[in-house]
Parts: sequence; C-alpha cells; structure tokens
Amino acid sequence: MKQFFAFIKKEFYHIFRDTWTMVILLILPMVMLILFGYALSTEVKNAGFAVYDPSKDSATEQITHRLDVSEYFYLYDVLTSPEQVEEVLKGGRVSFVIVFSEDFYNNMVHTGEAAIHLIMDGTDPNTAVTINNYVSNIILGYQQELLDRATLPYKINILQKFLYNPEMKSSYNFVPGVMGMIIMLVCAMMTSISIAREKETGTMEILLVSPMKPLVIILSKVVPYFFLSCINLITILLMAVFLFKVPVAGNLFALLIVSLLYIFVSLAIGLLISSVANSQIVALLISGMALMMPVMYLSGMMFPIENMPIFLQGMAQLLPAKWYITAVKNIMIKGLGFAAILKELGVLSLMALALITLSLKKFKTRLE
Amino acid sequence: MAESKYQMNRIMVQGHNIFRKYGKVQALSDISFEVMEGEIFGVIGPDGAGKTTLFRILTTLLLADQGQAMVNGFDVVEDYTSIRKKIGYMPGKFSLYQDLTVQENLDFFATVFNTTIEENYHLIRDIYVQLEPFKSRRAGALSGGMKQKLALCCALIHKPEILFLDEPTTGVDPVSRREFWEMLGKLKAQGITIIVSTPYMDEAEKCDRIALIQGGSFIQIDTPENIKDGYANPLYAVSSESMYALLKDLRSCERVKSCYPFGDAHHVTFFDDSFTSEDLEKFLQSKGHNDNNISKIRPTIEDCFMNLSSPGDAS
Repeated sequence: MKQFFAFIKKEFYHIFRDTWTMVILLILPMVMLILFGYALSTEVKNAGFAVYDPSKDSATEQITHRLDVSEYFYLYDVLTSPEQVEEVLKGGRVSFVIVFSEDFYNNMVHTGEAAIHLIMDGTDPNTAVTINNYVSNIILGYQQELLDRATLPYKINILQKFLYNPEMKSSYNFVPGVMGMIIMLVCAMMTSISIAREKETGTMEILLVSPMKPLVIILSKVVPYFFLSCINLITILLMAVFLFKVPVAGNLFALLIVSLLYIFVSLAIGLLISSVANSQIVALLISGMALMMPVMYLSGMMFPIENMPIFLQGMAQLLPAKWYITAVKNIMIKGLGFAAILKELGVLSLMALALITLSLKKFKTRLE
Repeated sequence: MAESKYQMNRIMVQGHNIFRKYGKVQALSDISFEVMEGEIFGVIGPDGAGKTTLFRILTTLLLADQGQAMVNGFDVVEDYTSIRKKIGYMPGKFSLYQDLTVQENLDFFATVFNTTIEENYHLIRDIYVQLEPFKSRRAGALSGGMKQKLALCCALIHKPEILFLDEPTTGVDPVSRREFWEMLGKLKAQGITIIVSTPYMDEAEKCDRIALIQGGSFIQIDTPENIKDGYANPLYAVSSESMYALLKDLRSCERVKSCYPFGDAHHVTFFDDSFTSEDLEKFLQSKGHNDNNISKIRPTIEDCFMNLSSPGDAS
C-alpha cells in the first residue's frame, strides 16, 4: 500500500512539473470545447444582411425589423437598386440579401402573390442552409401572426418544430461529442504516453527489477489520470451548462456513472496501447491516429452514423465513444434516466471488462 | 580483508550455455560462467559486444533463447520474482526520474523496495554525504558523476545481495570514475557480490575476476593477473619522433606480428623470440627513424584483449 501511494505521488510530480502535460490535461479540454462551441459550429450568430426594398410598406419594414433584432442577424446595409445586390455579396460583409417585390403588403393581403427573394452567399453551404432556415422561420412567424389577426377561414399553417433541440443549437450535439473525445484523449493518450516514457527513459527496467507487482504498477499509473479525468469531466459539464447553455435535463447521477465507466474504458485502452508502444512518439501516434480519428469521424459526433456505409456503421459499433455519446445525449438533452441507457451501460461494462483483462494479460513482466 | 570475512566458495551467479538472438544478430552465443559470493566480477568488452543483453538476462528482464542462468540459487525464468527482491540493478542509461529531486528519487526507490533511507543508511552513507548538498536539485540537472552516484544509491537502498552495474562509468569524468570504483571496493567489503560491465580496459584491473567479451562470446574468464601472465609473446613499447611513419614502418616489418598505437607509444610483438629489440632498433634506423625508444613492458588487459580478439590469431 505504501508503494502504491509513493508511486501515485511520484506520478503527480511528473504531471505538475511538466508544463505541457498540464496544458494538455487541463487547458486543452477547455480550448477544444470552446473551439467546437464557437468556431466549428454551423450555428449562425450576428450574420450581416442587406435589404433591397422597393415597396417600403409596413409589412416589409416589419420583416426587416424582425430580422435585425433577432440574435442571428443584423442589418448591414439598405440597397437602393437591384444592381447592388451582387456587389454587396461580393464584398463579403453580408451573408444574404433580402429583396422584396414591389407593392409587397398590398399584394400579400389582396392577391397573395407577395414575394420575397432571398439571395444567399453559397460559398459555405452548411451556413447557407442554416441561414435559409432561420430567415424562413422568422418570415413564416410574421405571416402566421398576420393570419391569426385576419381571422380568415383558410389558413396555411406551416409549422416547423425540432424536438429536443428547438433552436437547432449545435452545442447540443457537440458537447456530448467533445466529452467523449476529451475523455478518450486525456485517459488513453496520457496514460499510454506516461508508461511509454518510463520504457523510453529506462526507469521501467528498474521498476520491473523491483518487488513491485505489475498490477500495482499499472494501477498506480492509472489512478492519477482517473482523478484528472474526473476534474475534466466536471469542468466540461460546468462549461456546457453555464457557457453553452446545454442543460442536464436528465438524471445527473446516471450521467456521472456512465462517464466514470467510460473513463475506465479509456484508461484500459491507454494501458493496452502502452503494452505495444515502446516510445512516447509511438504511443502518441497510436492514440492520436488510431483512436482520435475514429472517435471524431465515426462516433456520430460530426456525421450521423445512420448515413454511413454499412461497413463503417459496423465499425462505429465497436467504438466506446459511440455508446458513451449516445448515452450522454439521452441523459443531457432528452432528459432520460438510468432506464434509457441500460444498453449503453451494458456495452461499456463489457468493453471495460474485456479491455482491462486484455491489458493485464499483455502487461510484460519483462522487457519484451 | 574482505576475502577473509566471506567464504569465496558459494556460487552467486551462474550461466550455462546462454544464447540470445536479436533478429538476425547473434547477441550472445554460448556464454557460461560462475560468479562467487563477495567478488567483483567484470564483464569487459567494447560497445555492442553483448554486455547489456547478458545483464538483462541475468536481471530477469530478457529471456535467453537457450541455456540457463541462476542468480542466488534461483532460476532467472522460473523464480524471477524471488530474484527481483534480492538484486540491485543499475542500467547503462541513466534511469532515474530526471524531473524528481535527488531526495524524491531516493525516497521513491526506498519505498518501492519496501524500505527507508534510514534503514540501510550505513550502506549509502559515503555516497549520500556527497549528494546531500544537492538534495533538492532535480536529478536531470546533476553532473554525470553525481547522476551515477545517485543511481548507485538508489540501486543500493534495499541492501541487495548482488549488484548488477551495466557500464556505470561510461560518460563519467576520470576523478568520479576513480571514486566510483573506490565505493565498489567498500561495498564488496560489506559482502555484496558485484557484477559490473565496462568498455574501459583500465577498470578491469580493479575487478577480482574478469570475463573478456567480444562479438557475443566470452573469450577468456580469469583474474586480471592470470590473463596478463598468459600473454604469449614479449611485448614492446616503441616510440620515436614521427609516430605515424613509425607505425607504418613497424607494420611493414615482416618479423613484427602485431603493432597498434597505444597512447604515446606503439605496442609491438614479434613472431619469434630470436628477433630482439636490438634487431628492431637496427630495422628502424634503416628506415630513417632515429631517437627510438624501445622497452619491454608488462601487457595490460587491453593488450590481452587485442591479442585474444584479433582474427587469425596463431597463438
């Protein structure tokens, strides 16, 4: 037991004395979360737009005003001729231009032929689609109000509604994904690198030629990273809730349990990598290439698994991250409890058991 | 002194026909030897001769392809856990935690070996006293000599019965090397069996017995004195003003069996004793070398090594 604690103390010395380890462990997760949150999201905020409005009546002014005061857009310019449309789009300062037809209000009320022309900057199709949705929603919303007031017998009721994520906030998707990724990164990469470092510097030779049991060496390598991962988990959750306004709608306790289980799985993967890798750079490459890439692309974090070819769908099932992300989404966003994630808990438990058995078996009591 | 205190008849380490391959390279072939309790046993040979491989097999870190090894009566394969409790090992590369201080390293290894610094303080006292001023310095910031002393401290902290030191003095300054060997002498006096490897031939003289290793095989095992006595031909040290021309001319002489530069003189042997140093003097003067200095010398271990390891050796 004394050996165990001395080893853990030593491990924390390593971590706290190496600036880059600290950066990777504590700063990187926050940076990743912020990057995914603000830079990489397809969500639109404060996009500029221009208006060409030949009718200038109450309806067009209302619509323009509503777009302007929404948190997504602001009115950048009012155009005086249709020729300016392309010019202002080329300038790059606006994301779209709204062109109203002439005599807009009258046509809308009497003939129903009022038209709005939405001209978008299509260079980034993802953003364009999002903008299109937002603008359409705002205009439809206005139209809806008019129809309500008009008490007309015929109503065209176009209703768009997104379940669970009504505002289509991408943070709802990326927070669980980034959680899955960061925990995998910190646990698997840092444990495998720290074990590989002992092999590289030769200290592993001395540890092996000592009365310390392999199981104790492994456990004392794992414990500090388990602890730090828990800190990371809490930071990410706090940032998710307070910075990105992603609620923990479901059972917090269930969320913690599944997270601890996932941390355990990731640590076991790190141990497994370290039994193969004899140098830090190899450990880094294996955990970077063989773990991070599949987690990013196959776990459903960036691309929906349902759209993948069958082969890749099968691969995705093998990723612990896929199961974890599903479970986190179920709890945080759909607001479900234990009952909803039993399958995920089961799969992760099996994975943990298999991986830890394998890595204990593979741990070498000799140099090769 | 030490010899009288401990009986030198118990075998501590034993190897039988050990073979080991790395890929296609035969790192060790047919190594057999015995090390007695309380002796300093030196494994002497150049880099790449197989010293580290042998040490790793004996310290239970590597498996031999063939052959057996016993350490303190335990088999290195079957009873490796028993061996690991009894031995101290200092790998060739500095293998302590560079980001931990001297004190932290010592404390850590003491705990790992289930002991404390106080418990075996008498063993490490001489070394520890020198380290003490740097107690709170990180190990990575120590000089080469200090690093080796710290590593030795850490390997000694659990009072091992056998100490394996793999090239402990490589990259260490001459003064620290001498101090290091003095310490080994003291440890030997405490009854610790020491197996040490080194590429420095002059250090061989400080061992009780040595094994000369070359290309993965032991070419001779004996005391340094016996090895030197066994040198077949009389050996001469030859020097003159133009050492390079001298070497070329010596090698061109058909009576000269071997000639190689050795510090500030060339070491020369002849094919038969009928050729004397006077004959050589005449030969050299005929080649235009004046001011020659030829003297018969007692061979060093390095001479023996060169002689034994030279290919096509007739003796």
